[in-house]
Amino acid sequence: MTNSNMQDYVTILIADQLFGIPVLKVHDVLRGLKLTKIPLAPPEVAGALNLRGRIVTAINVRKRLGLPELEVVKEGMSIVVEHHGEPYSLMIDNVGEVLSLDQNGLQPTPVTLDSCWKEISGGVYRLEDKLLVVLQIERLLDFAGNTTIAA
Amino acid sequence: MTIRKVCTEMDDLLSEFLTETNESIGIVDASLVALEQDPGDESQIDSIFRLVHTIKGTCGFLGLPRLEAVAHAGENVLGKIRDKELTVTADVVTIILEAIDVIKDILATIEETEHEPEGNDADLIARLNDVAFGTAAVAAPSAPVPEPVAETPSGQVSLDELEAAFQAAAGPEERDLKPGEVSLEELEAAFLAAPGPEEMAEPVTQKAEAVSQDDNKSGGERAAKESSLANQSIRVNVQMLENLMTMVSELVLTRNQLLQMVRGMDDNEFTVPLQRLSHVTTELQEGLMKTRMQPIGNAWSKLPRIIRDLSHDLNKKIDLVMHGAETELDRQVLELIKDPLTHMVRNSADHGLEMPSDRLAAGKPEIGKIVLEAFHEGGHIIIKISDDGRGLNVAKIGKKAIESGLTTEAELEGMSPQQIQSFIMRAGFSTAEKITNVSGRGVGMDVVRSNIEKIGGTIALSSEEGQGSVFTIKIPLTLAIVSALIVECCGERFAIPQTSVLELVRASTNSSSDHTIEMINQSPVLRLRDHLLPLVHLNDILKLETAADEVADQSKARGAEEFIVVIQVASYVFGIVVDRVFDTEEIVVKPIAPILKNLAIFSGNTILGDGSVIMILDPNGIAAVSGDGIVNSDNTERETVADSQRQDDKTALLVFRAGSQHPKAVPLSLVARLEEIDVASIEDANGRQVVQYRGQLMPLTTIDGKQSVLQEGRQPVLVFSDQDRSMGLLVDEIVDIVEDHLEIEMAAKLDGFVGSAVIQDKATDIVDVGYFLQKCFGNWFGMRDARPFGQKKGKQKILLVDDSPFFRNMLVPLLKTAGYDVTTAENGVEALKHRELGKQYDIIISDIEMPEMDGFTFAEEVNGDGRWSETPIVALSSHTTADDFDRGRAVGFSDYVAKFDKDSLMTALSQTLKASGSSR
Repeated sequence: MTNSNMQDYVTILIADQLFGIPVLKVHDVLRGLKLTKIPLAPPEVAGALNLRGRIVTAINVRKRLGLPELEVVKEGMSIVVEHHGEPYSLMIDNVGEVLSLDQNGLQPTPVTLDSCWKEISGGVYRLEDKLLVVLQIERLLDFAGNTTIAA
Repeated sequence: MTIRKVCTEMDDLLSEFLTETNESIGIVDASLVALEQDPGDESQIDSIFRLVHTIKGTCGFLGLPRLEAVAHAGENVLGKIRDKELTVTADVVTIILEAIDVIKDILATIEETEHEPEGNDADLIARLNDVAFGTAAVAAPSAPVPEPVAETPSGQVSLDELEAAFQAAAGPEERDLKPGEVSLEELEAAFLAAPGPEEMAEPVTQKAEAVSQDDNKSGGERAAKESSLANQSIRVNVQMLENLMTMVSELVLTRNQLLQMVRGMDDNEFTVPLQRLSHVTTELQEGLMKTRMQPIGNAWSKLPRIIRDLSHDLNKKIDLVMHGAETELDRQVLELIKDPLTHMVRNSADHGLEMPSDRLAAGKPEIGKIVLEAFHEGGHIIIKISDDGRGLNVAKIGKKAIESGLTTEAELEGMSPQQIQSFIMRAGFSTAEKITNVSGRGVGMDVVRSNIEKIGGTIALSSEEGQGSVFTIKIPLTLAIVSALIVECCGERFAIPQTSVLELVRASTNSSSDHTIEMINQSPVLRLRDHLLPLVHLNDILKLETAADEVADQSKARGAEEFIVVIQVASYVFGIVVDRVFDTEEIVVKPIAPILKNLAIFSGNTILGDGSVIMILDPNGIAAVSGDGIVNSDNTERETVADSQRQDDKTALLVFRAGSQHPKAVPLSLVARLEEIDVASIEDANGRQVVQYRGQLMPLTTIDGKQSVLQEGRQPVLVFSDQDRSMGLLVDEIVDIVEDHLEIEMAAKLDGFVGSAVIQDKATDIVDVGYFLQKCFGNWFGMRDARPFGQKKGKQKILLVDDSPFFRNMLVPLLKTAGYDVTTAENGVEALKHRELGKQYDIIISDIEMPEMDGFTFAEEVNGDGRWSETPIVALSSHTTADDFDRGRAVGFSDYVAKFDKDSLMTALSQTLKASGSSR
């Protein structure tokens, strides 16, 4: 709790927007693994893949954020995170560098953001040339029917 | 071999206490010595204090006064050291160690006899108190006291260290994983069988041997001192076994690939080593599986005694028959079903069976029979509990269900007897007219059901009045290797567990083969020998419609030749039509990701030999989805019940239009009445529209304020009621009432809506009734509006913060039985994470002594932040001095309860909840 105020983030790019995930939460960065589709799954679930013997659920982050699909399907990048002990692979456009940011510089999420963005954002860092939205993994993965949708 | 196997006789609580305390004592021993060397180490003293404190508290709960007294005196000394009123000297450490030794001796006796030994520790306690409070010379103990730890052979320390390491491995995130207890021999066997490069297997084996040597040594030499329990088994975190299992699965798959490669060549130099590898792999796999599997009989061992006592208490003659006690299932699952099973057997004995005189009068044998059965079926374990008692009275249950507000008379009319009987598993339902001390307190079958559903199981019941009842519990094997048939449909591959496959049939739609698929009103069927086999297309079930399929349709190739997998689920036989069938493969069933849990159609997923992920189809799920008509034909009652439960998942929705052409819907159960009112009768009162309705003024509202109200004529109104108040929602047109699965797919952006769902193929907005009620009555409904829509009276939510897993394990069932919904956290920091996640609780129970963040700091944190500042906190501690009490009040605890007094805890909970106004 009383650690230094610096927090390292892995930066990722989705639809030209910079996001950050605390570096300790990132287990793996993947590129182009074979995906098995899961019929009847929620639309945000892109499928499942085999990561060294573990079955990882792939999440289409663009869908989750209400963004359009990429027109040209490139070899996608994925970041593997864990949530309640289960691995999830977040499909993203690109991975950037690791940034060390002072937590005092974290600004609250602007209230005007789209509701599903507001949900997943843990705050915004003002970088010199860009804004970095902190991605809350727990919220991002909290879309299945088992969670109550608050009125 | 494991603890449970060794002492099934012993009270579980006691045996768990002994294991935990023995571990703690080991750590305390080592820490004390470390503390002596570095007296300034505050973290050491904190951890020692906490452990001793926990031991003391637990003794109090279990009624072990002698142990408690010694631990208490020791704690006093430690407390003084912690508060820096006493410095650490060799003498102080010696006397604490002496106390620890006494505790060890007592523990050893308890382990043998299950009772505290007679004896008097007054002298020791007096000396401890002298050190703690008195000014008496600390050097008082004249007789040199042996220091067991300092002199113990290094072997013991290494075991302690090992245990400490295991404890440390169970990090905070893994706290809800119960540590598995694995016998050394099994683990060792698994290690020994580990193939592969020598240098990899070697150290592991050595380690295991080191442990076992140590085990032997302590078993022989220090039998009296050391707990034999602690040494016969070691605790291994389940996660670790899980990881091993994953690695072994990989190994199996790699072996399979190798075998496939070699199969084509004969007389290869690889053949022999590969055979050995194959053999060893199989053995390793089996050994590892065994570490997790335990016979279900372990969960049953206490039942004969319970039944004996019950028959005595109730004056009934009961015969308990158990079949299949050797059926093995995953240890974790076993732990979780133990309590529900016990409860159900008690229920059968108490409610199910009649008094001997009644039985004789009904022409039944005087001795009532309860049969417990366990067996494997299609990748599941089925447990049946049946009695030949009076069965369930449908009429009585129906009446009770209406009284409890669970249903209405009209709904009841259309229900099958099984559906009505299923009400006994709903919350807040108890049929016992008389409350006995055995059962019938309104918590019961619903708790059982939710516990079983929590582990992915289902429970069904069938009962015939006068003949008895059968409860069928079906639990998935979370970890199992099964043989599966790999099929293809629309280019995707799926696995079907071989156990449910009866046969494969090749069929065609033209008469080119022996079997032809025929249609009855668009439903495909197959003549198979003397039966008519209902068929389902896998692509329909999975809603797979690919481009390739359409092409096939056009060329009429589809159906020209198809494969039918004939499946049996219980007694229901049907065929699944697939595009291709590959061969069978041994697969390791892995549980499906939690976010996909509601897909009943898959029982798991796995990785195939070629490394790709494949979904495993659940034949039961397919049977349930494939249509009510066929499932209902002539099957076992189990199927019917499963099916009727499925129907329950559907929600009746009232679809209407208001404001725009866009359809809107509201769950029918929330609508009190549908009315049509004359617009002329709408009056204005206090600035809003009202209408006189049933002798009261009923406020009216529109969906968005913009909606036009007719100038004349009659306007339909949906009447919503909550408690005694009603309000009306003016709508343009009531469209329809449909039954559909209500799955909200998009959260709402507008007030007054819960979100959007697809209803009858149209995107429909679901109205949030709570919003309109609140709009009309303001905060009149108080807390109730804070609940998410559509939720029935929720259980009150408790957040339990305590660092001792033992206490958590003990309190959680207690609180759950009392009807609370309990969440646990290991310390203040963990608990605050729940706050960050936006969770809300009705009350928080917190321990005071905790690592990371103690109870006082935690209470300050809670009160200092708006999100939880309204939530009352009850302190739970054995640390109840006047000072502490005041300090507790000051930081915002609502109440202070002694840790081992469950009655005052329950009282404090309900009083605090009442005081905070959230109690209903």
